[in-house]
Amino acid sequence: MAYALQQLINGISLGMIYGLIAVGYTMVYGIIGMINFAHGDVFMIGAFISLIAVLLLSMGGIMGGPAGILLVLLISIVITGIYGWAIERIAYRPLRGSFRLAPLISAIGLSIVLQNFVQVSQGARVKPMETLVAGGIEVMRQDGFVVQLAYTQMLIIGVTLAVLAVFTVLVTRTPLGRAMRACEQDRKMAGLLGIDTDRTISLTFVIGAALASVAGTMYLLRYGVIDFYIGFLAGVKAFTAAVLGGIGSLPGAVLGGLLIGLIETFWSAYFSVQYKDVAAFSILVLTLIFLPTGLLGRQEVEKV
Amino acid sequence: MSASDRGGPQARDVNRPRPSSRLQLALKDALVATAVAAALFVPLVALRTDIGAGGGLALRFRWKEAAILCGLVFLGRLALVLWTGRRGLRPSTAPGPWTDRLQQAGRLAAPAFLAVALVLPAIPGIDRYELDLGILVLTYVMLGWGLNIVVGLAGLLDLGYVAFYAVGAYSYALLAQYFGLSFWICLPLAGIFAAFWGILLGFPVLRLRGDYLAIVTLAFGEIIRVVLINWASFTGGPNGITGIPRPSFFGLPFSMAGGEGTFAGFFGLEPSVSHRVIFLYYLILGLALLTNWVTIRLRRQPLGRAWEALREDEIACRALGINVTTTKLSAFALGAMFGGFAGAFFATRQAFISPESFTFIESAIILAIVVLGGLGSQIGVAVAALVLIGGFEVFRGLEEWRMLVFGGAMVVIMVLRPRGLVGTRTPSIALGKKRTISGDLVGEGR
Repeated sequence: MAYALQQLINGISLGMIYGLIAVGYTMVYGIIGMINFAHGDVFMIGAFISLIAVLLLSMGGIMGGPAGILLVLLISIVITGIYGWAIERIAYRPLRGSFRLAPLISAIGLSIVLQNFVQVSQGARVKPMETLVAGGIEVMRQDGFVVQLAYTQMLIIGVTLAVLAVFTVLVTRTPLGRAMRACEQDRKMAGLLGIDTDRTISLTFVIGAALASVAGTMYLLRYGVIDFYIGFLAGVKAFTAAVLGGIGSLPGAVLGGLLIGLIETFWSAYFSVQYKDVAAFSILVLTLIFLPTGLLGRQEVEKV
Repeated sequence: MSASDRGGPQARDVNRPRPSSRLQLALKDALVATAVAAALFVPLVALRTDIGAGGGLALRFRWKEAAILCGLVFLGRLALVLWTGRRGLRPSTAPGPWTDRLQQAGRLAAPAFLAVALVLPAIPGIDRYELDLGILVLTYVMLGWGLNIVVGLAGLLDLGYVAFYAVGAYSYALLAQYFGLSFWICLPLAGIFAAFWGILLGFPVLRLRGDYLAIVTLAFGEIIRVVLINWASFTGGPNGITGIPRPSFFGLPFSMAGGEGTFAGFFGLEPSVSHRVIFLYYLILGLALLTNWVTIRLRRQPLGRAWEALREDEIACRALGINVTTTKLSAFALGAMFGGFAGAFFATRQAFISPESFTFIESAIILAIVVLGGLGSQIGVAVAALVLIGGFEVFRGLEEWRMLVFGGAMVVIMVLRPRGLVGTRTPSIALGKKRTISGDLVGEGR
């Protein structure tokens, strides 16, 4: 019981990170119908920028307490957002309206570029960061097994919920969100009605990258070790989450992320750690075979 | 990169700049690009994280490198805008002058390539290194042609093709290890196993299309790799399998001893290491040509035509009574089979395999070869394999920068020529005279 509760806590905090990345996939897929293959690497870039920001702020002596973490988060969001914008501008916009495989190949190429850019500029070795937020609170104790809710986990859950709340308001209540939803439904018509579709798509990428960078910061704070390759697996799992939740559905992405996080954690806890990636991938395959629209997705009508 | 692409008078200026304003515009544009580049490069290039003396991470400043990169972006952007007179590059699917020539010379080029490939080991100055490179390129040509059946002809986007390559390689390695079977028995077996896996993986994804199919095949590829890593008692785990037997020349082993029963001894030749390399070269050339031949023949037969019809329009296909299930599965199986052959060859050439060789990046490279070559174009795939893999070798001196250049090349080629190097197609079957058509008119992977 206590063990399961601990896994539940771990799973939820991991799932929140996946959910944040998955939102970026699902938004981009909804609006331009392509898998942004480089999105996992944007998450990795976000984690690296957070690490650099942490080191920079510690050098300046202003890293400490919640204000420092907030500052790191802001730096990471801004710079990773610029990365998101540049990625769309360089690799995807010239291919808009081209045949569908072209942006996918371009995205794979870009993913290789981002990974190797970080490898070259920051080195291939893993970067262990000293713990910034240590400790936690004891939730319960049973037969000598202590269930702990670490402060980083509370931070992840709190920040993620706050970011998602802001994001939901942005999508449902602001002119930008309205433009995004309009572009998602019918880009041509939205353009005819005076919406600057190029700008909307750019901003979608920026917002997606910002969410991924929050995920990157949280990942860094929680796990403390990053390298240039973390983006690939996280990306595939987040995409699985987006598909599981129903691609194009924003609440679905978060729900899918939580489910994937929980499944992965419980699988590692009760079955086998080695095959935890297989578990996540199998979920993806099973979802697509038996539930192609995902949990909260819309049924797609096939037209001639 | 540019600040904005809003409409209005500014945009008109961009399209038809007055000569006096062009430099001004270019300067402004280049400055904006440099500002963005500074935001991108300063954190990751100028501030390098290193593990310091105390064991913790420390920052090392590299302002010069970041400044050089920003300067390059500034100059590059300035030159680009001044040269083209507008912002950004436009993708082109129209047959460019050189692709057009390539297409026209295709009738000559293909036999010329073939002739060069056939006599390559005999050309003076071709050494062991060049032959090894030739073997590598031909392996990718074969893989490209195999994947071309799935992606180019049947239009099924497969991102996990390397799984079948792995199945072929491990089939041979394990059969040789556990049962002592020879390469020539294992080669067809490896193909059959891979084809079997192709069908097995093909079944569940029959209903999927497009990007979903891509991501599921990617997942399958990763699952197979993770199983290969973790099933250590059977596959050797991350250490892989060593000591895989080398192929023999129809029963005559290649040996430096030069005795009666060896290749050199039987033909009365001086024993030499290069015999085996030359043999391997011709082996992979033969396998690649087999793939090509089967593909070309099948395209004219009902099955091949069904594949292409499926690629163009699945609904119309069903309406015309084509069995979509068998058509898709046969494409998966055949593509996988050639991947399996290539895998068995890879295992016997390397004499060592490990899951390291079958990562996702390998699938991405093979798919890139097919798409960059022009989906469905046989000669295009061969040229793309030569350019990508050959180029990859040429840049060996760049070491860790090599992958960066490779990925960048993929993006640039896609942005400039989304339809690949050979942007036109000749229909497999036509009423009357065959005419080349633009690649835009051909269906795509779904």
